[in-house]
Amino acid sequence: MAEKTKGQTLIFRNPPHIVAHASIVGPEESKGPYSEYFDLHLEDAKYGKDSWEKGEERMAANAVNLSLDKASVTPADVDLMLGGDLLNQLITADFVARDLDTPFLGIYSACATLVEGLTLGAALMDGGFADCVVAFASSHYQTAERQFRTPLEYGVQYPPYKQYTVTGAGSYVLGWLGGDVWISHATLGKVIDLGVTDPNDLGSAMAPAAAEIILQNFKDLNRSINDYDLILTGDLGITGKKVLTALLEEENVIPEDKLMDCGAEIFGYKEEYGSGGSGVGASATFFGSVIIPKMKAGEYRRVLLIGTGALLSALTVKQKESIPAIAHAIVAERIPGG
Amino acid sequence: MKNINKTTDEFNKIVKKEQPAVNKVSNFLKAYLVGGTICLIGQIFWELYMTLFDYSQQDAETMVTITMIFLGGLLTGLDVYDEIGQFAGAGSLVPVTGFANSMVAPALEYKQEGFIIGIGANLFSIAGPVLAYGMVSAFLVGLIKTLF
Repeated sequence: MAEKTKGQTLIFRNPPHIVAHASIVGPEESKGPYSEYFDLHLEDAKYGKDSWEKGEERMAANAVNLSLDKASVTPADVDLMLGGDLLNQLITADFVARDLDTPFLGIYSACATLVEGLTLGAALMDGGFADCVVAFASSHYQTAERQFRTPLEYGVQYPPYKQYTVTGAGSYVLGWLGGDVWISHATLGKVIDLGVTDPNDLGSAMAPAAAEIILQNFKDLNRSINDYDLILTGDLGITGKKVLTALLEEENVIPEDKLMDCGAEIFGYKEEYGSGGSGVGASATFFGSVIIPKMKAGEYRRVLLIGTGALLSALTVKQKESIPAIAHAIVAERIPGG
Repeated sequence: MKNINKTTDEFNKIVKKEQPAVNKVSNFLKAYLVGGTICLIGQIFWELYMTLFDYSQQDAETMVTITMIFLGGLLTGLDVYDEIGQFAGAGSLVPVTGFANSMVAPALEYKQEGFIIGIGANLFSIAGPVLAYGMVSAFLVGLIKTLF
């Protein structure tokens, strides 16, 4: 086993700092209880462009640029950009990178993409391959719905546990100086499939992967739930969070109020959004804009952030495949003495 | 070695327990009420076309279909029909207004890709199977009627 790994967990000797973060959210998220935490709000899902895809691209690009401004760096100062989204061929991230003078790696693990980006970025930095990395991710209700489901205005009835894709983009600048939070560990997940086939219940499909990575992190680092102030999952939604709680409780891990889900929170548990938010935009915006400020304020000292991704496509659903899921985790800590 | 070792059946039991239940009785009632209301509106138009405009029964039926398709399309464009659909389920999916919705929704959605490869190519993306199998069934029923 490599020197800096334990089981599936990477241990960063020099934990990279999250120097700056920026987030942009869509019209629906702006109505939610966390609206004021986000940097910018879209009034129109097309963001002044002539298509939803172009609107998403503009949203992600502005999030990246805003995070660079906050960190006082230019695109030329950045050694590497890691980005992804939910659209086929990663068109959002690719087209954002087109306009920036920075090396770019496109990454995909559905809604776990942001955590995958932070993990890779931190590993490359601790490995000595980069000193400044940007990790960004975006999702968009209209672009995701039309790719994964049916046209928006089609009057089909969805079950109460269906989630609502978050329109949002978040960008994180990793560096060695500044910021209040660093990434001390990352646990790499395996693809887990317990046979869920209902594409309207992605939360349940992803919950086992989330449970798996939490237990693996505890095992590798010899930690328990008491070592964390918050377990923050990406987009399990209200139903997925309940399923995760049930799975953890069977393994004698009682999360109580330490478990929070970005997707469940972002719309404020309103009935019209079903089981809450989904999409990588949930963790990309919520962790940076809501949780990091709370870590800075001392509310949380150590947070386990878990990106959860449902690895389905419109095609696999039609071919009646079950829905595999992946989860990756990073340990975010308040920088001591910071 | 994985930490969570469950079979699909064991896991499904947990999911079923935690998932909010779909209330079939209330869905059935809502579908009945909304579907019935759509038919009532059609009936009112039918009576109006016959009494006020002096249409024959057959022409009035055609006019009612055209009117209901127009209303379904209009409500889709006004971003209302999908809300009705979420409430009513099959109640608003089955009547001809639902068929109009299934045509107008992709038309709106794919407008941004242009008239030919956008709207033209995707207009029947939902209604296509209904038309294809509708015609096949009509052919089969027609064939049976001719033979016997």
